[in-house]
Amino acid sequence: MNPHRKIGDVILQAEAISLSFGGVKALTNISLEVREHEVLSIIGPNGAGKSSMLNVINGVYHPQQGRVIYRGEARSKMRPHEAARQGIARTFQNIALFKGMSVLDNIMTGRNLKMRSNFIQQALYWGRTQREEIANREQVEKIIDFLEIQHIRKTPVGRLPYGLQKRVELARALAAEPTLLLLDEPMAGMNVEEKQDMCRFILDVNDEFGTTIVLIEHDMGVVMDISDRVVVLDYGKKIGDGTPDEIRGNADVIAAYLGTSH
Amino acid sequence: MFYRESGQFKSSYAADSAILTIAQDRLFIAALLALAFVVLPGLGSDYLLSGILIPFLILSLAALGLNILTGYAGQLSLGSAAFMAVGAFATYNFMLRMPGMPLLLAIFLGGLMAALVGVAFGLPSLRIKGFYLAVATLAAQFFIEWVFTKFGWFTNYSSSGVISAPPMQVFGIAIDTPASKYLLTLSIVALMALAAKNMARASIGRAWMAIRDMDVAAEVIGIPMLRTKLLAFAISSFYCGVAGALYAFVLLGTVDAQAFDLHRSFQVLFMIIVGGVGSILGSFLGAAFIVLLPICLNLLGQAFHDTISTQFLANLEMMLFGGLIIFFLIVEPHGLARLWQIAKEKLRVWPFPH
Amino acid sequence: MEWQFFLEVLVGGLLAGVMYSLVALGFVLIYKASGVFNFAQGAMVLFAALSFVSIQAMGVPFWLALLLTLALMVLLGVGIERVVLRPLVNQPPITLFMATIGLSFFLEGLAQMVWGTDVHGLELGIADEPFDVGGVFISKFDLFAAAVGGTLVAALALFFSKTKLGRALRAVADDHQAAMSVGIPLKHIWAIVWGVAGFVALVAGLLWGSRLGVQFALTLVVLKALPVLILGGFTSVPGAIIGGLIIGAGEKLAEVYLGPFVGGGIENWFPYMLALLFLLVRPEGLFGEKHIERV
Repeated sequence: MNPHRKIGDVILQAEAISLSFGGVKALTNISLEVREHEVLSIIGPNGAGKSSMLNVINGVYHPQQGRVIYRGEARSKMRPHEAARQGIARTFQNIALFKGMSVLDNIMTGRNLKMRSNFIQQALYWGRTQREEIANREQVEKIIDFLEIQHIRKTPVGRLPYGLQKRVELARALAAEPTLLLLDEPMAGMNVEEKQDMCRFILDVNDEFGTTIVLIEHDMGVVMDISDRVVVLDYGKKIGDGTPDEIRGNADVIAAYLGTSH
Repeated sequence: MFYRESGQFKSSYAADSAILTIAQDRLFIAALLALAFVVLPGLGSDYLLSGILIPFLILSLAALGLNILTGYAGQLSLGSAAFMAVGAFATYNFMLRMPGMPLLLAIFLGGLMAALVGVAFGLPSLRIKGFYLAVATLAAQFFIEWVFTKFGWFTNYSSSGVISAPPMQVFGIAIDTPASKYLLTLSIVALMALAAKNMARASIGRAWMAIRDMDVAAEVIGIPMLRTKLLAFAISSFYCGVAGALYAFVLLGTVDAQAFDLHRSFQVLFMIIVGGVGSILGSFLGAAFIVLLPICLNLLGQAFHDTISTQFLANLEMMLFGGLIIFFLIVEPHGLARLWQIAKEKLRVWPFPH
Repeated sequence: MEWQFFLEVLVGGLLAGVMYSLVALGFVLIYKASGVFNFAQGAMVLFAALSFVSIQAMGVPFWLALLLTLALMVLLGVGIERVVLRPLVNQPPITLFMATIGLSFFLEGLAQMVWGTDVHGLELGIADEPFDVGGVFISKFDLFAAAVGGTLVAALALFFSKTKLGRALRAVADDHQAAMSVGIPLKHIWAIVWGVAGFVALVAGLLWGSRLGVQFALTLVVLKALPVLILGGFTSVPGAIIGGLIIGAGEKLAEVYLGPFVGGGIENWFPYMLALLFLLVRPEGLFGEKHIERV
């Protein structure tokens, strides 16, 4: 599909992750690997634990058992902002934009990690702060061009239609220049054209920047089209892991989706 | 018709992110500053300077402080007056115990002490949110008030628990006339307002707004929660502390801890609600409103002094304040600052409807 | 004897705590049914007590005055719901909270404008004299107040768990929209809750008023109830009681045993510090529900 893109080594390993809330088990003994530069999809019925898995990967939830190894470094209790510092960015199932800010400010916030000036320099808005603001603005404008949202730069995000909000959220995540990008249902609630646009953006990101992508998606057509590998969850357990073709033929997966017992 | 931006093009990102992007706005602010710095100190009456402008400026500064914490960082505080008290009492003690310390340095250090105390009381904000935190800030309010009332050391064992301003001078100029006090206050407030505006449009301001709007997403994008919140508490308390020091020394001359009671905290909160939550301009508009309303009511009372008692006016004032808070929250949650913005947008296209 | 004195302080504190719970109850009621943290509860207490004594002063007999005040409070509650809360529905909780701070100022001004600012005595016919229980002296008035408080709580607890209306209230508190969609009439429910909260304010106003005199300072009892709420959790009726007992006892014991070392006068902030320390250990309060953040 993308001939000059080469899938590399494993950069993230989840080892025997178990997570529960009170008495409810969200994830049971799940292990999975993410390889550099690949597009990995996590699929499964509602409530299968897909979002919980992403939350474990970037430290929003801390699993009771198991650990996550990212670029050779094991961790069990990492805060989300530390994960961000290591190059993991993320979008959310229910749009999590900063409602009181403009599109531009939202995306600029994605670059906060790249800014080094302290609050006194910022209060003076001089020298380093000004240089940083301009340099980062230039980067942000590139992303704005890339995602074709120039016309809404100064609009408060709350006023945007749903599809554009999803795109802005992707822009904010991209602004952090992540090595690993987690997308939680980036195409949910979109019409066919919007989905096509989003697919194109995801593949372009993967292609141009070499960003590794883990995404959750319900649209099987999309998943089978753009994924290098697919992981299937059901009731918090992993029931499939392989290339799209392998998944298509996996009996457990078919059973989970079609509801046949065997 | 004259308020137009047509023909003004921004050709760099620096110009696009400037504070005032429209030439007419720059002209307006320049004229306002000239009026404030040059005309008013010479022509303003003592009453205008000491009775209206100085309290307005000082309360604006306190409102700026609360707006940084509540309006930008989204952490509701009911203890702003306590941090004003820390600033006032700390400044007093720095000047008392280190004779010869310059006034400006003492005020700065007073602000720093307020910032330290603010950080201490901001620590719970990592674990608790919303009105649990608001109630927790009441702990600061009552505890600090109690400390300054109970421990005589802070007031140099003054029998009535008051602190009084020593003779003040800045760079050899005595601060003893209404005009000099006004200029000192104006200079400090103008500089700190500019600094606040700068922070608000840089990365720290975006970090504050991000945790205000959606804290989980903010952390996921790499904003460290504890540091960002504590910085908001520190800077907010610094502003309140400086405002408190000015309130004690420049405005009143003599104060006790009761000048910084819960009522004062509510007053500052009302200013930002009426003026505009999360707006630098709103802090000033709100303060102007809160300072002018009682004055207008009093004038009204004098006009009808046969029929209206002062008691009636005091109750009417409470009802008006309370009613206005509700009114603004329902009708225009972004306060006077938003109304100002709407007026400007209308003016931009005037006389055409769109 | 040392332990006897300790017991006396403890019991005195516990009984005072019930008085705090009484105010806290008004908060819990409204919070449970509408998710509003009603800072104006203190102003409602003042409004109720002031109205009652003023009506009585016109020569109206006790029970009739009580009924008239109750009617007035229900009317006030319904009015607040209509004018303040309904336009703010679906706003963030913090906005509603700030609105009730404004409401509090409005009501204080209104009550004093209508009924005047004089301090009124209020006589309920229960002597505030000590009462000997095995060598420990307990105030009769405190016992009476505690009994009233206990009855009120029991009644409310039954109301919330046993009656159809009570269950509807809990449903509304959980999710406004879901409750509306299953046909619970939201507006009526809220009007009822604000009416009941007005009733609770009246009871608290009478008890506190006969203790402190009916005056502006009554609004300050709200400041005593807030730490109780943090401790007990905003949604729990038993929490309001247990929280009140802990705060009452803790405050009195601290005043007696800790106060002398720091110069006294610590009752204003001690409950807050106690509640704050507690929050750091258990952010959801004693009986509050743990909230799982979903993203």
